[in-house]
Amino acid sequence: MDIITLAEVAGNLSVIGYGLATIGPGIGLGILFGKAMESTARQPEMSGKIQTIMFIGLALVELLGLLGFVALLIK
Amino acid sequence: MIEAVGANMLLASSGPDLPGVNDFLPPEILFQGTPFAINRIILIRLVATVVLLVVLGITAARAKLIPGRWQGLVEYGIEFVRNNVVYETMGELRGRRYVPMITTLFFTIFVFNLFGIIPGANMAATATVTMPLVFAIWVLIQYWIAAVREKGLWHYIRDECFTPGVPWPIYILLAPIQLLELLIVRPASLTIRLFANMISGHLVLATCLAFAQYWFIEAANKFVGIPVGGLWFVGGFVMTLFEAFIAFLQAYVFAILATVYINLSYPDE
Repeated sequence: MDIITLAEVAGNLSVIGYGLATIGPGIGLGILFGKAMESTARQPEMSGKIQTIMFIGLALVELLGLLGFVALLIK
Repeated sequence: MIEAVGANMLLASSGPDLPGVNDFLPPEILFQGTPFAINRIILIRLVATVVLLVVLGITAARAKLIPGRWQGLVEYGIEFVRNNVVYETMGELRGRRYVPMITTLFFTIFVFNLFGIIPGANMAATATVTMPLVFAIWVLIQYWIAAVREKGLWHYIRDECFTPGVPWPIYILLAPIQLLELLIVRPASLTIRLFANMISGHLVLATCLAFAQYWFIEAANKFVGIPVGGLWFVGGFVMTLFEAFIAFLQAYVFAILATVYINLSYPDE
């Protein structure tokens, strides 16, 4: 371990970057679930269909966060 | 001299045994050096496949008209996939052809994911990129076949890439994006979602338990170590339950997205 290795603290920048990258999907999930609840409350008979669409949206939003995670792994 | 200081620092900070990317690249244990080399994760895949086949096979062979408790559970799972995933999305007429495929996808991925929390295995069989990629390519081939059969290849590409009702200069942008979506983005997103979820689940779980072990056993100050270790252990326990839920959710999401992609290949009425 030498001076160059001691300076490797900079590698943790990627963790900070990933933390920032989760903000967007976090907002997205909030909107997604909030709207799903709202529409289920308005039309309870459509709840099955809404839930299906919600999970599709969940998968797409979640992918954005996971892309950051994969980028962190392969950096 | 600096090296000596560094080595001392390394010894002093021999912290918990944290997990890393190397967990997912285990050494080969059988048939080393051949294309059929088997490592720990591939062994888990084989075990999971055998378990799934044997359990479902025995259940099917001993099926009765009045289902017992276990048979009822399995039938509930199969009916859940048929009704809530396939028929709900595609309708019964189109969906009947795809029920076996989606059921296979759902159950295989669910059992493969569950091995991430089974003691002794502790690694989801879908936690490397290859296995989800195989499933995703299967879905890719299926929705192209469905498109060719129902619309014809040229009609499908025309409908998707040159959507009618769009001013023509937009096509210069739209057509490549749509083609990329059909060929690469859909299978890639299916793959990345599944394996990244399993990797992150394993890392979080292993981190919790590694810290629990460190604070319980290796921490010098037991007065602080026991409560903090207990907190980490509770965290690990909760994450285990959460991983069981994620295993189900990812199998469900994969199955439903496969169904949606296949359904998008059919013409609109």
